Amino acid sequence: MQGPLIESLARRGISRRNFSKYCATLASMMALPPLAGHAMEKALAATPAPSRRPSVIWLPFQECTGCTESITRSHSPTLESLIFESISLDYQETLMAAAGHQAEEALHAAMKANAGKYLVIVDGSIPLGLDGAYSCIGGRSNVDTLKEVAKDAAAIIAMGSCSAYGGLPKAHPNPTGAVAVSDIIKDKPIVNIPGCPPIPVVMTGVLAHFLTFGTLPELDQHGRPKSFYGETIHDRCYRRPFYDQGKFAKTFDDEGARNGWCLFELGCKGPVTYNSCATIKWNAGTSWPVESGHGCLGCSEPDFWDGGGFYRALSAPANPMQKISVALGAGAVVGLAAAAINRTKKSAAKTGHETTTLEDLEKSK
Amino acid sequence: MSEMQLLTWVRGTGLNIAIGLFLAGVLWRLLEIYSLGRKKDLSAPRAAAGASGWHTILRRNLPAPGMLPKAPVTYIAGGIFHVGLAVVVFMFAPHIELFKSLTGLSWPGLPSQFIHLTTIVTLVAMLVLLVDRIKNPVKKYLSTFEDWFTWALTFIPLLTGWLSVQHLLLPYTTMLTVHILSVELLLVLLPFTKLFHAFTAFGSRWFNGSANGHKGVAV
Repeated sequence: MQGPLIESLARRGISRRNFSKYCATLASMMALPPLAGHAMEKALAATPAPSRRPSVIWLPFQECTGCTESITRSHSPTLESLIFESISLDYQETLMAAAGHQAEEALHAAMKANAGKYLVIVDGSIPLGLDGAYSCIGGRSNVDTLKEVAKDAAAIIAMGSCSAYGGLPKAHPNPTGAVAVSDIIKDKPIVNIPGCPPIPVVMTGVLAHFLTFGTLPELDQHGRPKSFYGETIHDRCYRRPFYDQGKFAKTFDDEGARNGWCLFELGCKGPVTYNSCATIKWNAGTSWPVESGHGCLGCSEPDFWDGGGFYRALSAPANPMQKISVALGAGAVVGLAAAAINRTKKSAAKTGHETTTLEDLEKSK
Repeated sequence: MSEMQLLTWVRGTGLNIAIGLFLAGVLWRLLEIYSLGRKKDLSAPRAAAGASGWHTILRRNLPAPGMLPKAPVTYIAGGIFHVGLAVVVFMFAPHIELFKSLTGLSWPGLPSQFIHLTTIVTLVAMLVLLVDRIKNPVKKYLSTFEDWFTWALTFIPLLTGWLSVQHLLLPYTTMLTVHILSVELLLVLLPFTKLFHAFTAFGSRWFNGSANGHKGVAV
């Protein structure tokens, strides 16, 4: 197999074999049939001329750039970034050389040239408070930009928990009125890739799927690709046997923690979090949060910031118990009132009691 | 409302309301029941009552002589179900974590597999009791709405807890929410149904045993 992409990879020391392996892995991660790896390989390798590559517009809204960091510093940067060789990333504020009005011109030129065909990647939530004034780019609110850019998009990828669900900006009390992309755009296919940040290969996987098959992968009820968000962290966790044995770390530095026991009691949200950290891991497969000794925060689930505390066990109350004394007081008052009524009834019955004598019974005959 | 928000509500506000109503209800019913009192028995005791009350608390866990062959299902399935329920409620690690956060008290849990097995045995015992209640004409005649209702009220939390741990039927988050909600319903209704025997059974046994001892049937 030849092509500009293969040559470009070879210049960076990546053999065709490695590229094939990467495509096969990507296909297998997405639970696609083995032949799909080959199809992906062909589709990605046949990198078209720059003018014919699918246009991608990346919109940053209320975000921390962590999602961009995640994709650009992925564990195989060259391989992961090959995706950028197959697409035309026409607008990405962090990565693009243009700035100011030139950047905005690039955005509008891409939109015009690829109307109806371009992909939009969004990271960050969209503030609706004060007519969207909390976050503006080039004098325009995020909500206006999103509506305008989404109008002629083929599909939208919400990258990270902020754009997928509102994320940190939406956390209580949500001062900016932040919402997710799907709260605003209703008429376009949207893929959510939540995580804070999301796993890079999930994004490349979705893009590769789109480039190869021209469709989006199968999604779950939260709009997430099932292949990556199909199982919980807990079910795939290497510490799961300790959960089953009832062996739990009680603090972060006790014997249990040193022995690598389950972190459930330290607030791990693995049982309710759907993501593939436990299998794909982070930093070149080096480790992932649970492996480094910290429970899962549940960052790929909606509203995980308001999930009742990161260090509170899932089965423990989300809020501290309130008004228990009021409940006890109310119970005591009602109980004593009932007791008083019953006593009154008893004494009334006692007072009203008429003694029946034998004569009375005889009389009644 | 997403599943996570619903789960956070049932773990937070919902649990607060349920525990508040449960505590208020328990205190209300206990005060009401025990304040009724009993007339003082003025007769001279026929035998020293001794520890008859305490003995009765223990003895009534076992069938009275000759009763087991007459109602084996009631005794055996009933016994298994009560012990199983106690093991599952008090010895499952996540439940202990809940008690710890509510009361500060904790104790070692049992391995999950053992809890799973106990849950299945308990569920089966409850189903056997239900079938017996339907099939046995005397039991069926004596059963009121409350009997069927409290059976369901106890069975559903056990079933949904097991389903959530086993990841069956619904996604774990949703099933966990249903489980906690069903437990909250149980908590709220426990003080006002026959399930209140959890609080009164031992007191009643003690009273009966003590009274019997006074009358000369010390045990």
